[in-house]
Amino acid sequence: MNQPILVAKGLTKQYGKNVIFHDIDLEVAERDTIVIIGPSGTGKSTLLRCFNLLTRPEQGQIWLDGEEITAKGAKEDHVRERIGMVFQNFLLFNHLTALNNVLIGLTQVKRMTKEAARAKAMEELQRVGLADRAGHYPGQLSGGQQQRVAIARALAMDPRVMLFDEPTSALDPELIGEVLNVMKQLAHEGMTMLVVTHEMGFAMEVANRIIFMEKGSIVEQGSPEDMYYHPQHERTREFLHKITELHGKTQRKE
Amino acid sequence: MFSQFFSYVLQGTLTTVEVTLVALPFGLVLGLLVALLQIYGGPILSRIAAIYSTGMRGVPPIVLLFILFFVISGSISLDAFWAGSLALGIVTSAYQAEILRGAILSVGAGQMVAARAIGMSRLKAVQHIILPQAVRLAIPPWSNEASIVLKDSSLVYALGVPEILSRAQQASAATQQPFLAYGTAALIYFVLVFTTNRLLDLLSHRMRIPSNP
Amino acid sequence: MADWLKLFVDALPQFWVGAQYTLLLTAAGLVIGFVLGLLTAVARAYGPVPLRAVAISYVELFRGTPLLVQLFLIYYGLPSLGITFDRLPAAIIALGLNSGAYQAEYIRGSLLAIGQGQMMAARAIGMSRWAAIVNIILPQALRLVIPSWANEPISLLKSNAIVFLIAVPELMTKAKAIAVKTYDPIGAYVAVAIVYLVLVFILDYGLKWLERLARIPGFELEGKKA
Repeated sequence: MNQPILVAKGLTKQYGKNVIFHDIDLEVAERDTIVIIGPSGTGKSTLLRCFNLLTRPEQGQIWLDGEEITAKGAKEDHVRERIGMVFQNFLLFNHLTALNNVLIGLTQVKRMTKEAARAKAMEELQRVGLADRAGHYPGQLSGGQQQRVAIARALAMDPRVMLFDEPTSALDPELIGEVLNVMKQLAHEGMTMLVVTHEMGFAMEVANRIIFMEKGSIVEQGSPEDMYYHPQHERTREFLHKITELHGKTQRKE
Repeated sequence: MFSQFFSYVLQGTLTTVEVTLVALPFGLVLGLLVALLQIYGGPILSRIAAIYSTGMRGVPPIVLLFILFFVISGSISLDAFWAGSLALGIVTSAYQAEILRGAILSVGAGQMVAARAIGMSRLKAVQHIILPQAVRLAIPPWSNEASIVLKDSSLVYALGVPEILSRAQQASAATQQPFLAYGTAALIYFVLVFTTNRLLDLLSHRMRIPSNP
Repeated sequence: MADWLKLFVDALPQFWVGAQYTLLLTAAGLVIGFVLGLLTAVARAYGPVPLRAVAISYVELFRGTPLLVQLFLIYYGLPSLGITFDRLPAAIIALGLNSGAYQAEYIRGSLLAIGQGQMMAARAIGMSRWAAIVNIILPQALRLVIPSWANEPISLLKSNAIVFLIAVPELMTKAKAIAVKTYDPIGAYVAVAIVYLVLVFILDYGLKWLERLARIPGFELEGKKA
């Protein structure tokens, strides 16, 4: 538990002249729940996607459990087995049932036997509370249910880190709660999580670190209490308070 | 007398069906290859595939049929049936490539992203995630193409293959009843096309992915 | 290669004559097909039941059978019923009837896309059904159909090659003659294939330009055919 799970140094992402973020350093320790917040378009999602190499940074390096994943010879697919991702618009495989969505990574990537895979998949669906929907197709599930299946799909791979890219932004308000609850449960079980979200209630309650990003750099980071009540930058206070108005009050007592 | 006549023309039906059943799957396999190369091949291969697809679709099928027929029967010793059917297969492969390409692109980039995110290689993602969905999207335009191939099989008449139209022509010469002869041919084609369309509709219905409206 | 080039260059004058016939066939077939297609689509969408039945039968029959069979029926078959056509008219009629059925479907698709709302709005200000069709529905439908309709001229250009089988002196007939004369069928047909490619390319370009001219911003057929 001494070495951080994920380390990033000097990450820079640009499209031509357009710099998304510049020289970002980040460390994620085991069991951390880190929430990244900030105005839209500041590169939070892009940063997240660098961690599982869906996007390649122009500069900088990333290490997973001490291994550099941005190195020349690194196998991307193998990296993605160990880092799970949940997307804003779920991206479930439309032609597969909930069970098969969770199962396919196990049979095709992890090469498990059908029986073992099935058992594990059902376990994960159970974990997100959807065992009874195993035979349903994405088109037959609500948004919240689809997202929970997406979480189960990512969890089934037994990742070291889970990345959440605005997991509730595409959901109707009533459905946000069920997904956040699953995420809270995960955090309590000790999963290492990196979450981009506007849900301040979740951040205040569950995160052990909040990172505020704006205009392509990290303005400030710290514990939820520090960030909310004793921020170093005025902008941090302004943003956190505004977001809390819109997306949920803190549930921590003063 | 009509029944004799009818059965004479009808015998060409088997050949017509055989030609279609050779050309269509051959075109599918080749077309799928071309479509995949266009989308996932490197810069050179995808260019070549695109030129193949556009070039073949810019020339009348009958012209291509003739060229391919002479090339095929010139190089390998194949009878008119096989040379003609394979030639027809090559013609349809370009149209099928276009259909499949459209279907694959319609599946959406998000599906590929999600597949890669759980560690699937590109190949596995295409095989298990993209293609199964693309197939469903492709069925309506593909059914259309299947009808077209069935109808275009009449072109191999010009290559001397004894299918429906050629039998009709012989019947017409023998009986001096051209309207009846060609009318019969039209009727048989109509039934074939109609049946094929209904069968493919059924397939499309069977294969649909369940959803709540 | 040099031999083939010679063949190609020598053939050009004949191809030029053939091309004129090919283009004539394409244009004639297109125009006849458009008139038939429009009438059929309107009849099918707005006509009384018997007219609708006729429209549907026409479309099903001509889309459900090969063009070649239709051609032979008209050129070889009709004379035995007393109706005789020369080659060129027979070809044009066959192409026109065939194209009409396909154009009917294109137009019908865009009529459906325009929807009942427009008809309702037109009737609500007192227009008769017919006036609504002519003044409100069709102007929109015909604009909307252009992208998918643009397939038809190119399709016709390619499909009229088969009329060489009744010896209309168009491109394919010329190609066959050259093949026989030079004993080089592959060379001859490849040559004519290139001519067709050029024609298709020019036609395609012209159609795209027309499409751009006719476009109303924000008014497009949403979603493609499945």
